Amino acid sequence: MITAEQKPLNEILDYISPYDRIILVGCNECVTVCAAGGRKEVGLLASALHLNFLKHGRTVEIKEITLERQCDPEYAEELVSEIDRTDAILSMACGCGVQTIAARYNEKPVFPAVNTKFMGASVSQGIWEEKCQGCGDCLLGITGGICPVARCSKHLLNGPCGGTSKGMCEIAPDVDCAWCLIWERLKALGMEKRYEEIMEAKDFRAAGGGGPRRIIRKDLSL
Amino acid sequence: MKTESKLEKVLASGALAVTSEVGPPRGAIPERVRQKANLIKDHVDAINVTDNQTAMVRMSSWAAGVIIKQMGLDPILQMVTRDRNRLAMQSDIIGAYSLGINTMMCLSGDHAKFGDHPMAKGVFDLDSIQLVQTVQKMRDKGKFQGGADIDTPPKMFIGAAANPFADPFELRVMRLAKKVKAGADFIQTQCIFNLDKFEKYMEMVCDRGLDKKVHLLAGITPMKSAGMARYMKNKVPGMDVPDEIIKRMAGVSKEKQPEEGIKIAIESIERLKQVKGVHGFHIMAIEWEEKVPQIVEKAGLFPRPAL
Repeated sequence: MITAEQKPLNEILDYISPYDRIILVGCNECVTVCAAGGRKEVGLLASALHLNFLKHGRTVEIKEITLERQCDPEYAEELVSEIDRTDAILSMACGCGVQTIAARYNEKPVFPAVNTKFMGASVSQGIWEEKCQGCGDCLLGITGGICPVARCSKHLLNGPCGGTSKGMCEIAPDVDCAWCLIWERLKALGMEKRYEEIMEAKDFRAAGGGGPRRIIRKDLSL
Repeated sequence: MKTESKLEKVLASGALAVTSEVGPPRGAIPERVRQKANLIKDHVDAINVTDNQTAMVRMSSWAAGVIIKQMGLDPILQMVTRDRNRLAMQSDIIGAYSLGINTMMCLSGDHAKFGDHPMAKGVFDLDSIQLVQTVQKMRDKGKFQGGADIDTPPKMFIGAAANPFADPFELRVMRLAKKVKAGADFIQTQCIFNLDKFEKYMEMVCDRGLDKKVHLLAGITPMKSAGMARYMKNKVPGMDVPDEIIKRMAGVSKEKQPEEGIKIAIESIERLKQVKGVHGFHIMAIEWEEKVPQIVEKAGLFPRPAL
């Protein structure tokens, strides 16, 4: 999923303080799962904003709405009935959601309330780690199910580098060396020979080097 | 001969090669490059010129390499894949070769986190093995990495690094084999302090016949003090400094420690000379270049072969 973290309150306040009527929009998908921008966080942020404005003697109208999926134009339509009664939109979705709303409501300023972080997975309660960089040409089938593009600090396709120590990356003692993990897994699978095959230089067009990426599914298009 | 490289000639002659390194200055001070190169010029066959080492901005390695070349010496252009993409690296290789540099080292580079621009984007368009492949393809096939023909290809003698001590140990020889398969002509190793472990590594290297396919130069670093030994043991990733070395350094007075460090370096060379597959030495005297001549002489590696 896409992970996110709420921005510092001061930055959010800087964005929205010129306005008196705001829609605060959450999203029911990834940001709900990573507890950054779901219905609960929308409520918490709205309270924090109210309090802050009250301290400065201001009353700001904050309409709380959580959409099923903010990156889907179909659900973005649900703001239509409110849009004329608002000055600005504050989105708690990932960057995809923010942009979908901004594209639909061209005439209203849209601000992000979270920083979109990475594609990751939860490794334990309250901890998410980056697992995928969306390189467009998945290597997991030959790297034992561990991604060197996302999880090696140098994105080495032929690692590990000389900086690995006791299975950890040189950049921090709590970061796993992806190539040590790959090696251990290849061994467990009896695929040690796979390690000695050189992985050729990557074609970064699939990773975004060829410009913004797009998927066109003719079978699904109207 | 694949190239005009002096290092290639020395290695082909069967003599033990000696290289050392010059770290370019953090400013527009060409004189400093000359000073450092002058300290070691008669005692080495070629001089590594580091590329933004420890991820700190310095004079570019090819520019400092050209200064060294202009002195009539033989630079080894270090190139890290951290700072440039494949276009920039290939154009620098052509540029360096056009200015007389014919030997290079292909490295991934220290992570930017350790340097003075931790906020920089690491490029890593290629990794070190893919850079070796690229330089070999340029030289032997006359083609760019992207496949187009090169009009007058650069002919580089290709080096790569090996750290026999990083984890996991069992992977280290396999990784060396990959570098050789990619096209490395010579290898310079990480600083060797744990000689027993290095000898075991070399046995495995020879068992696989890699000593016949690549020239391996053993990395030697003289320690200035017991403090430096402890620092390298505890703080430098992938470094293996046995406790005996630290004890030995700490066992003499502070004033005598530099001398002891040099002694250890010389003894290491003497012992490693006997190790099958070791074809030379790469002496990394960090900010202590003036000691290189003494080490080379006392280790019986002087004079250098005249070719």
